[in-house]
Amino acid sequence: MALAMVNVTASVLDWVSSYFDAPTRAVVFGVPIDGHLVVEALLVVVILFQLTRKSYKPPKKPLTEKEIDELCDDWVPEPLTPQITEDMTYEPPTLESAAGPHAIVNGKEVVNFASANYLGLVGNEKITDSCVGALEKYGVGSCGPRGFYGTIDVHLDCEQKIAKFLGTPDSILYSYGISTIFSVIPAFCKKGDIIVADEGVHWAVQNGLYLSRSTVVYFKHNDMKSLENKLEEVTRRSKHPEKVRRYIVVEAIYQNSGQIAPLDEIVRLKEKYRFRIILDESHSFGVLGNSGRGLADHCGVPIEKIDIITAGMGNALATDGGFCTGSVRVVDHQRLSSSGYVFSASLPPYLVSAAIAAVDYLEENPSVLSKLRTNIATLFNELSDVPGLVLASHILSPIVFLKLKKSTGTGKTDIDLLDSIAKQALEEDSVLIATTKRSSLDKCKLPIGLRLFVSASHSESDLLKAAASLKRVAALLIS
Amino acid sequence: MVRLPYTTALTTLFSYGLLFVFGQLRDFFRKLLGWIRKPKDQLKGYAPICLGLEDFYVRRLYLRIQDCFGRPIASAPDSWFDVVERCSNDNNKTLHRTEKTSRCLNLGSYNYLGFAAADEYCTPRVIQSLKEYSASTCSTRVEGGTTKLHVELEELVARFVGKEAAILFGMGYVTNSALIPCIIGKGGLIISDSLNHNSIVNGARGSGATVRVFQHNTPSHLEEVLREQIAEGQPRTYRPWKKIIVIVEGIYSMEGELCKLPEIIAVCKKYKAYTYLDEAHSIGAVGKSGRGVCELLGVDPADVDIMMGTFTKSFGSCGGYIAASKEIIQYLKFSCPAHLYATSMSPPAVQQVISAIKVILGEDGSSRGAQKLARIRENSNFFRSELQKMGFEVLGDNDSPVMPIMLYNPAKIPAFSRECLQQNVAVVTVAFPATPLLLARARICISASHTREDLIKALEVISKVGDLIGVKYFPAEPPKHLNQGHNKLE
Repeated sequence: MALAMVNVTASVLDWVSSYFDAPTRAVVFGVPIDGHLVVEALLVVVILFQLTRKSYKPPKKPLTEKEIDELCDDWVPEPLTPQITEDMTYEPPTLESAAGPHAIVNGKEVVNFASANYLGLVGNEKITDSCVGALEKYGVGSCGPRGFYGTIDVHLDCEQKIAKFLGTPDSILYSYGISTIFSVIPAFCKKGDIIVADEGVHWAVQNGLYLSRSTVVYFKHNDMKSLENKLEEVTRRSKHPEKVRRYIVVEAIYQNSGQIAPLDEIVRLKEKYRFRIILDESHSFGVLGNSGRGLADHCGVPIEKIDIITAGMGNALATDGGFCTGSVRVVDHQRLSSSGYVFSASLPPYLVSAAIAAVDYLEENPSVLSKLRTNIATLFNELSDVPGLVLASHILSPIVFLKLKKSTGTGKTDIDLLDSIAKQALEEDSVLIATTKRSSLDKCKLPIGLRLFVSASHSESDLLKAAASLKRVAALLIS
Repeated sequence: MVRLPYTTALTTLFSYGLLFVFGQLRDFFRKLLGWIRKPKDQLKGYAPICLGLEDFYVRRLYLRIQDCFGRPIASAPDSWFDVVERCSNDNNKTLHRTEKTSRCLNLGSYNYLGFAAADEYCTPRVIQSLKEYSASTCSTRVEGGTTKLHVELEELVARFVGKEAAILFGMGYVTNSALIPCIIGKGGLIISDSLNHNSIVNGARGSGATVRVFQHNTPSHLEEVLREQIAEGQPRTYRPWKKIIVIVEGIYSMEGELCKLPEIIAVCKKYKAYTYLDEAHSIGAVGKSGRGVCELLGVDPADVDIMMGTFTKSFGSCGGYIAASKEIIQYLKFSCPAHLYATSMSPPAVQQVISAIKVILGEDGSSRGAQKLARIRENSNFFRSELQKMGFEVLGDNDSPVMPIMLYNPAKIPAFSRECLQQNVAVVTVAFPATPLLLARARICISASHTREDLIKALEVISKVGDLIGVKYFPAEPPKHLNQGHNKLE
């Protein structure tokens, strides 16, 4: 059988090669036509024929009007918001007076630890007077964005004052605290840039990072080893380190945990790996440092080494709005490309004059800072042995953060327990404390807890009262 | 509806081309000088903040006419105000304030009902609340920042607008950009008007939903887009959309046009899409009792799912609000980040809005509110018709207090602005990137505090400057007597 196959194959091959090697039969236009040329010509014709045939595609039938109508009728949208559950009906306490160290809630006087009034400027006479003057001169609102007659001379005065106070060339004012950071980050970071951020940053920073469309890498909360590893990894992987802008985003005092960032270590790493720093000083401006100039003053780092500093003024300065400061290039760039500055109305003039008066007060009375520090130390001491709760914040942080020693099981039961502690403290002992609330859009995974904002105008008895109340209520509710 | 004549388009393109060529030449020389001079060592290894072409427009085009933007003022933004003069030593690169000011007529601030300056009813109450509650609460709404004033204002706003409940925010921009991610996420579809404000664009981008755009103010195109999108479903997976939200504005600030609200609501109802109406410029300024576009066009507020507005324009304060059904507001109070993390609205600003709304509704015991509303309507209509008679190309609908005058050529922008300022009239000129490149314009905002004499003076100045620069693109009608029909409301 195999022999027959071999014989047939051999004879076919002979036949084919005879045609190939056939002597020239004809000469057309001076080109001799050999046998193999004919076979090749036939092959070319067959290939061309196949190419001209259309490939089989299943016929495309667009939807008819009637079918679209049916689809539209069938489609049922989800409701705009999910069903309201029991825990969504939380009503916060309503204040009936100024948010000073003592406030009135539901007709009763309470000790207020829920306002970030660090320097005790709420209700300060001088600030109120300057606000009244500004209200009578300028009215309430500024009625326009900065580019279209919304720039009032007090804005320019305030920007220069803050720049002089911090020792930077220039600064820029924003009209709302949280919009500062989420306008600054997209103004400087674009697609393709690299950002290394702390995983405990608050929602406004996360929103800014998302809107910037850059590559974001998170490092473990306040862990310098983790930061160094991430910087090393990112620098190794990036192809053109000179063309790509790279930033480290940290907060001076973290809202979600009360930790303080070690700035000298971060500056050392930044210079080693050639990154720029964006530092959010909302809770440390006017608090840290010998003169209240913030984290750079506290850690002894020259302010030129930090590229971009942002801060919200709704905390120590007892006003509203925010500012950003840095080199001249940094500030000028934001005047045209920062969306929260260009497309939004400017800060009302009376709040600006309150800011100027607050910075003046801070410059003239640096003793208020030592009072704040004593208060923080006292409260920290008193709260170190609360049953069931443990202190999670830094010893110098004005945000005293208490978290549960042992979780009760699920996140929801934790929140309920903390809420009931705060509620009982308010109703029985007249101490107003805040629990951290997390939005469903927040990606921060740090534990929730109770937050006390210490103020320089709290008296010692206020602090002792709060500590005693927390110890009592926690002993009752945490088994 | 801008009718751009061919010759104007060609000359505008030519001007921009010339500016571009000169800018590139100067950049080339700058690079040359940069090679010759050594770079500073401390910036070695760092990528520059802005590479080459990214800020070309700013450096070479905007800086030349920088003195037309960001003019500081030294008094309240009322109908007449003091503009601070600035001087420059280095060809407009940096501007320095001088001590001199000039008193100018204000045609640029958003002061629709005249609440910008100290008001006889509002200001004493604002000062009272400042002394009682101080300038800021230093706290978020859910912790210790809710005061009696906030609760009162939320109820008042809900009543004013005609919805069940309302929620306040401290800034109008944040209201949009923090709210849209709350109500829609991945798997949803946002259909927004092509000329929507930057805050809406940012909010839509931040939500993670798919965004589609429909032609400005064209309900038929909206219907087409809706049909196509519902039929196709989500991109790549073809699953049906979770929900669809259509976002429109009441008055578009760069066009002065009113939204075609009844038709758009009809289309949305037919296809079961939710509607979101941004009334930043129209609340308080249009409508018989100031209730906005819904009242003017005869739309029932219950048909619009979410109504948003700001207090900056008509109420002379700051901040924004959302008004919707009780369930939606309850959900927002639970999960909206701007409510949970941002400092609450400053109490004096809240009091200003409360007083302003009471004046508008007539609950302060006088008829000033009704007078203001009637005056702004007459002022807008009078001004617009006079400008059109003079031959200017003015955009916008009747009753809208925003009127853009088309300029087109880039050189006419600073010319118009500077000439008007010399004659003590302050106008706002807008160019790229807030408007398309070829369609630069000057935008006039009329206020209820402008008197008839103010408007006549403004018309004279604008007419003279218009002749000088050549922006009267349409033939003028023969001038009638301007004082005809003088209203006795003053």
